[in-house]
Amino acid sequence: MSATVYIPGDAGAQSVGADEVAGAVRQEAARLGESLRIVRNGSRGAYWLEPLVEVETDAGRRAYGPVTVADVPGLFSAGFLRGCAHALALGDIARHDWFAGQQRLTFSRVGIIDPASVADYLRHGGYQGLTQSISAGAAATVQAITDSGLRGRGGAAFPTGIKWRTVLEQAAAQKYVTCNADEGDSGTFADRMLLEGDPLSLIEGMTIAALAVGATRGYIYLRVEYPHALRALNTAIAAARQAGYLGPNVAGSGKSFELEVRLGAGAYICGEETSMLESLEGRRGEVRVRPPLPAIKGLFGQPTIVNNVVTLCSVPWIAAHGARAYADFGVGKSRGTLPIQLAGNIRRGGLIERAFGLPLRELLYDYGGGSASGRPIRAVQIGGPLGAYVPASQFDTLVDYEALSSVGALLGHGGIVVFDDSVDMARMARYAMEFCALESCGKCTPCRIGSVRGMEVIDRILQGVDGERNLRLLEDLCDTMVQGSLCGLGGMAPFPVQSALKHFREDFHARR
Amino acid sequence: METLSPADGSRVRRIAAELKDQPGPLLNILHQVQGELGCIPAGAVAILAETLNLSRAEVHGVVTFYHHFRRKPAGRHVVSLCQAEACQAVGAAALTGHAQRDLGVALHQTTADGAVTLEPVYCLGNCAAAPSAMIDGRLHGRLTAQRLGELVRGLRGAPGKGASGS
Repeated sequence: MSATVYIPGDAGAQSVGADEVAGAVRQEAARLGESLRIVRNGSRGAYWLEPLVEVETDAGRRAYGPVTVADVPGLFSAGFLRGCAHALALGDIARHDWFAGQQRLTFSRVGIIDPASVADYLRHGGYQGLTQSISAGAAATVQAITDSGLRGRGGAAFPTGIKWRTVLEQAAAQKYVTCNADEGDSGTFADRMLLEGDPLSLIEGMTIAALAVGATRGYIYLRVEYPHALRALNTAIAAARQAGYLGPNVAGSGKSFELEVRLGAGAYICGEETSMLESLEGRRGEVRVRPPLPAIKGLFGQPTIVNNVVTLCSVPWIAAHGARAYADFGVGKSRGTLPIQLAGNIRRGGLIERAFGLPLRELLYDYGGGSASGRPIRAVQIGGPLGAYVPASQFDTLVDYEALSSVGALLGHGGIVVFDDSVDMARMARYAMEFCALESCGKCTPCRIGSVRGMEVIDRILQGVDGERNLRLLEDLCDTMVQGSLCGLGGMAPFPVQSALKHFREDFHARR
Repeated sequence: METLSPADGSRVRRIAAELKDQPGPLLNILHQVQGELGCIPAGAVAILAETLNLSRAEVHGVVTFYHHFRRKPAGRHVVSLCQAEACQAVGAAALTGHAQRDLGVALHQTTADGAVTLEPVYCLGNCAAAPSAMIDGRLHGRLTAQRLGELVRGLRGAPGKGASGS
């Protein structure tokens, strides 16, 4: 009998040797005359265990990790193809303490299925949401998304159902569904994991959206830094079209939906929705003044849904299981689950999907196991390069939109970057301004000029020039940028600076 | 303005003709030109402007807006080192220093033998296995100075595989 071995083809798993391990497994099997099938699945998200190899046994899947090429002969001789004991054996990974408490809705298939296979997708509940939403009809589908409480997971947290309703209500010959896959925030990789590990769920989510609002064309705007995701998406789009889930008659509905991937070109600002639309139209990614909203005048001037990858990948689950089931997860106005990405200086980093409302401390220490360096965690930055730094004294804060906002922080796309006590917070503040200067689209002055002046002022503070006066000037400049910028880049780039000044002012002193 | 070789000029014309009827085609065309020519030479801008009925300034403006588009070809290999926060938290600055000393170039520069271009990149989405680098389109994680040194030394003798990306 032929054994099935799962070795992730996810870029993050590849980055720590998954391809080499797959090669060694194939070679050793050939040498021993063992017949086996290797599936290149996505990553389950426990990057500290990658490369994580799983074997299909009579008792279910059995995991081993982290596996190196040198471990492979020993795994074979221990009988890992039958799930036998080995120093790297982890048993059923779903029961591992890192996974057992997770509530995987959006990520339910990631790391489990073959991302390129429509048949595998269908076996694991795929396209149930589309089938349900076709029979429920457009208005009921939009209502279900509204009732679920789903808010934009890209960072802006705008209610998804309201956006969809606006597009639905527009009379237009052409409407669009666009997916923002320009995941540029440091510390985030949830989009990438979905794009590589379950691309069909994005295709299904976009198809549900398109049919619900009357759009016939979709674009996925993918960052050029994700070549692996591009290959996975193009493979999945071709497979979906082949199976009749894209094209002139989607799943027998009589409705047409065509989907295409467009590549960005290395501009962080294109994650801002109007800048993304400019870029999709082939122009400089300069932000547009709102109104009009993209839902009314978006891509090529037509009504357009712009949603993030995680948002759209949450849609099939909601459509299949109902708005109530989704809204039963979470707290207050933060409904459903959140894929949290634990990154930076952390021992057990990766993706944790849980209902909103988990204390930060539990994430950092129970899941994360503390810092990778073993030193005390001094600060975490939540929500990417525009997110505030949160000090250890606030680690009891819950991870949801409202609780974070009450301590002056924001959730953004759900990335948490951990720093130990060797971090220099004045340098991190300078980096925030430097990044803003590098990535500013240049359209408005507070962002374009303010970020450069911000770097210069911090440099003067670090050189010991007029420290107190320049600290006041920096605070004033941050205020100007927050109040006066056209979009979130200039408007939020001061958040890490202001939080560093507030919680770590002792770091803003002259250096030799 | 430097002129393109006749062969490159006709490649740019062919790409533009093939893609110009797409909605909003310019970024796709620029990706294709850079994929085939290794960069967007100044001479290509005039051809694209004429084909797409845009001003040269508009095309130039798009080329220079995006970090990914090069106006000069890269070395035979491209090493992109992540400089973003998650990688900084685990020593990206020191790693970048090592790479610069190993190669004898600063960021944005190419070694004198044309073998390696060293570049900064701002997040490769591998933040739980940091620090990270992309080398000729391949992602590398949990990098140490020693491992990065081995990878880079391996490139200097190796034949080129073209620019980073797909």
